[in-house]
Amino acid sequence: MLKVTVVDYGMGNLFSVCRAVERCGGEPHLSSDPGEVARADRVILPGVGAFGDAMAELDRRELVAPLREVAAAGRPLLGICLGMQMMLDSSEEFGRHAGLGLIPGQVKAIPATTADGSPHKVPQVGWNALVLPEGRDTWQGTALQDVTGGQSTYFVHSFAAEPERAEHRLADCLYGGHRIGAAIADGPVIGCQFHPEKSGPVGLTILRRFLEGA
Amino acid sequence: MGNVRLIARLDIKGPNLIKGIHLEGLRVIGDPAEHARRYYDQGADELLYVDIVASLYGRNNLQDIVRHTAADVFVPMTVAGGIRSADDVRDILRAGADKVAINTAAVQRPELITEVSKRFGSQCMVLSIEAKRARTGYEVGYYDAMSTRRWEAYTDNGREHTDLEVVEWARRGCELGAGEILLTSVDQEGTREGMDVDLVRAVADAVPIPVIASGGFGAPRHLVDVVRAGHADAVAVADALHYERCTVPELRDHALRAGLEVRRC
Repeated sequence: MLKVTVVDYGMGNLFSVCRAVERCGGEPHLSSDPGEVARADRVILPGVGAFGDAMAELDRRELVAPLREVAAAGRPLLGICLGMQMMLDSSEEFGRHAGLGLIPGQVKAIPATTADGSPHKVPQVGWNALVLPEGRDTWQGTALQDVTGGQSTYFVHSFAAEPERAEHRLADCLYGGHRIGAAIADGPVIGCQFHPEKSGPVGLTILRRFLEGA
Repeated sequence: MGNVRLIARLDIKGPNLIKGIHLEGLRVIGDPAEHARRYYDQGADELLYVDIVASLYGRNNLQDIVRHTAADVFVPMTVAGGIRSADDVRDILRAGADKVAINTAAVQRPELITEVSKRFGSQCMVLSIEAKRARTGYEVGYYDAMSTRRWEAYTDNGREHTDLEVVEWARRGCELGAGEILLTSVDQEGTREGMDVDLVRAVADAVPIPVIASGGFGAPRHLVDVVRAGHADAVAVADALHYERCTVPELRDHALRAGLEVRRC
């Protein structure tokens, strides 16, 4: 069984993440202990809610340094939704907040209008297709390698990740004509804006690849 | 507009999946978790559980069913019925739900909408509205000469008046922090005659948040109507799935052929 430490800091639907990990043959272990997280072989950082609140909760539990340690050691780390956004340097959600700084970049609001200027609904709630970012021609060798063109995953978000470097964009989605960051990665450090645990069989393949260390 | 979501709606009474007409005259169909798994396997975009007697008896038996279902179903689940407080929301989310839909308690205490969306995020606060057509303004106390077709919000499965006009209530719910609206037409519910397209459009055009159309689905063309003409963001389908008059893939194919954006599985 592939052990995975799921960070429990009071934000997010941990039940669903744990059940999905089990379905993929993993053994989830909930923890809010800094020592345990720092030593973990692989870590999932879930999260639903506001960026500033979530960083404050990580800070209060002294989990910021352990998460940086996991990433620096090159151990697999998966951030989901808000957990993904926190991997970047900062966010402009309700003021400016510093993130974990694992991948250079910012979190910015989804534009309030479509690319051609008409109003559209924010947050993005629902299924959207994963597409290759400009400059990337394959997901081979990444956690997304089983995803085929046009397959969708489930998103719920008002803010989106904008990594500084193109090579850190793993997948995008198109919303109102805008390219929005759907997944980011720097080696074994991966972030998904969508919820793999709520994205049906496609989401489970992504989780399985992460657990197997793709 | 993004992909239209196809939602399997399961009405629950006690341990059973049931189905009624106009939210009454209930018939037992089977085991909810078994049906939920089937719809997940077919590729439903979301599941919606509604405990139809919870608010009538002030109890909530959904937690066990939700927990049982969530172990096998990896798409979003919304749960409705008998949720009265932010702590109730916490309990149902812990059981594995992703969102809650609230009707009666939100009518009684609209601040609950704000409390839930502040504590858990607006994405998880769905305002559930049961709408009935008001035949004339007089009957429900509106004197708006311009609008002969208005709708009133009801609670307790379309039994109790609220004196709230549906479009106004939807707008207010949105301002208070609701992230989505589940809009059930009591008139159409269980009839299989099609959805109340006018109702859905009136609400969908009035609020900036997604609207889930529910009640009256009988054939795949009703889905196309309520999205095209009604501007629905999502459609809830119940007995057409329960009685296997259609499947989720058939619905999806029909929508794709009609040119609607839906998820490609």
